[in-house]
Amino acid sequence: MRVLDLIRFAIGALVGHRLRTVLSVAGVSVGIAAVIALTALGEGARRYVTGEFEALGANILIVIPGRVETTGAMPFGGVTHDLTLEDVRAMRGRLRNVLRVAPLAMGTETVRFGGLSRSLPVVGTTSDFREVRRVTMGSGSFLPEGDMDQGGNQVVLGTKAAEELFGSGNPLGQAVRIGEWRFRVIGVMAPRGRGLGFDFDDLVIIPVKTNLAMFNKTTLFRVFVEVDGADAMRAAEHELEGLMEERHRVKDVTVIAQDSVVQSFSSILGAMTLALAGIASVSLAVAGIGIMNVMLVSVSERRTEIGLLRALGAGKRQILIVFLVEAVMLSGIGGLLGLGIGLAAVAAFVEIYPAFPAVPPLWAIVTATVMSLGVGAVFGVLPARDAVRLDPVQALARR
Amino acid sequence: MIELINLCRTYRMGSEDVHALNEVTLQIDQGEHIAVVGPSGSGKSTLLNILGCLDRPTSGSYRFSGREVADIGEVELSLLRQRWIGFVFQFFHLLPRLDAVGNVEVPMIFSGVGREERRQRAQRALESVGLKHRFKHRPEELSGGERQRVAIARSVVMSPRLLLADEPTGNLDRHSAEEIMELIERMNAEGLTLIVVTHDPTVAKRAGRIIRLEDGRVAEGGADVRPQI
Repeated sequence: MRVLDLIRFAIGALVGHRLRTVLSVAGVSVGIAAVIALTALGEGARRYVTGEFEALGANILIVIPGRVETTGAMPFGGVTHDLTLEDVRAMRGRLRNVLRVAPLAMGTETVRFGGLSRSLPVVGTTSDFREVRRVTMGSGSFLPEGDMDQGGNQVVLGTKAAEELFGSGNPLGQAVRIGEWRFRVIGVMAPRGRGLGFDFDDLVIIPVKTNLAMFNKTTLFRVFVEVDGADAMRAAEHELEGLMEERHRVKDVTVIAQDSVVQSFSSILGAMTLALAGIASVSLAVAGIGIMNVMLVSVSERRTEIGLLRALGAGKRQILIVFLVEAVMLSGIGGLLGLGIGLAAVAAFVEIYPAFPAVPPLWAIVTATVMSLGVGAVFGVLPARDAVRLDPVQALARR
Repeated sequence: MIELINLCRTYRMGSEDVHALNEVTLQIDQGEHIAVVGPSGSGKSTLLNILGCLDRPTSGSYRFSGREVADIGEVELSLLRQRWIGFVFQFFHLLPRLDAVGNVEVPMIFSGVGREERRQRAQRALESVGLKHRFKHRPEELSGGERQRVAIARSVVMSPRLLLADEPTGNLDRHSAEEIMELIERMNAEGLTLIVVTHDPTVAKRAGRIIRLEDGRVAEGGADVRPQI
């Protein structure tokens, strides 16, 4: 018996029983579509989050004042030293493999231009921040390079802050007031959106020294250290911790490697995607059982046909193959259809929420397709064996 | 061609053994036309199924063309049915989803005949049973007599040596029955061995030999009591 003839014979049987074919194909396609759509959402979430992190710059160590520890009290009465510009200077001077060090001071103050005012986060930093945090400028320039102790009255606006204060007017060169201080606008950042609770579009950036003076602080909020290459990260982190311990005589800062954060987020969300695929697979298993039922009904409905085929000289193996091919074709067609539906659903989703990069991972597409065929093969075996075991005499005796 | 010696077929019904065939001894030659008659439950269908290698005897010997059927494996037995034996049933057993040509093609699909050759041979077989104008008709669009003719075309398309017909006219009106009998008798005249199970005395009378079964035993027409022709 030739394979093509076999497939044609199976198609004939499938077309001949349209309703049950449509129903079981629908079952499998829903299962496969669910796998595709859910894994696409999971993968989209992973890409979204890691994308957010990566947009902040690669190979970054983040220094946070205070020690995050589970062991309890700080030694020597729990005194925490300030994270100062002196520390930043030391990091710049004494650490190897460090490209840039950007201090970050934070405060909130009212920003005024003309009659308009807006309460905004005021970020204090240096020119290095631009590279470290991958800031792109919409117009004008970022903070100028120079001694970070000098301060200055330049201000860089987030795109939304600029819009709110200046409308369609050109903010460059204009004077704004931040609290009681006067600043001159030297640049507006390109739109960037929200990143990790930090809305780059709705803030203003001024020199770090001025910021500390304005808010009457000595301690920095964060220090970003950009390391030269991923290989140097571990050594740099170690060295940085050693330096801070030496300067403060105690471990009172926390150093976080951004990449490890990205990685753990990525693996968590990857696991979530797998879990979603697992949940969707349940529906696929249900579809498989549906196919099994349909094929079992088909076998008992077609007892006479099976008996006839045996009388006409079809061997047991041929009967087995005929019914297996039918089951595999049912699920295979369902799989292809489900793939189409799933991809279309994902495409429609992306059309509605363009910011969310929902893409079904390749492994999900491949597994879903293989699984759809496998479902037919696995759940087709039982009915096919039923068909083979049928006694042709009894099968033919029935009307 | 066919030789049965002390053949028994026993079914188990609950706690009782039912002897569907009991010590049947028969000899059938190539080209014979035989009618198997007898009351319901006398073992006619069981005999036909055993002759067609669909069922196996419980004991005794069945030789087909000199070979002991009990020694033939499952796979070869399928081939034997495919190449040597044709079946015609009372209820035709056509596949409703296939047209006439498609139904006649079925045995050739399972024996691996190529697509084009299948179609040609099926059409030729249908022509020989007088259905040239019905190639593309499905069973539901055919009359009872036409359906049985499709079934006959299907049973002979592999050029078998033995045709087993189980009440071939049981579901047909007198006129169609007459036509069907003429058709298979013509094939018999060309050398095909014909064994017809029937209730119908007029059909039985047409046979060269009548085998009467009663309670699983040959009451008349067996090899030992065979009339000399």
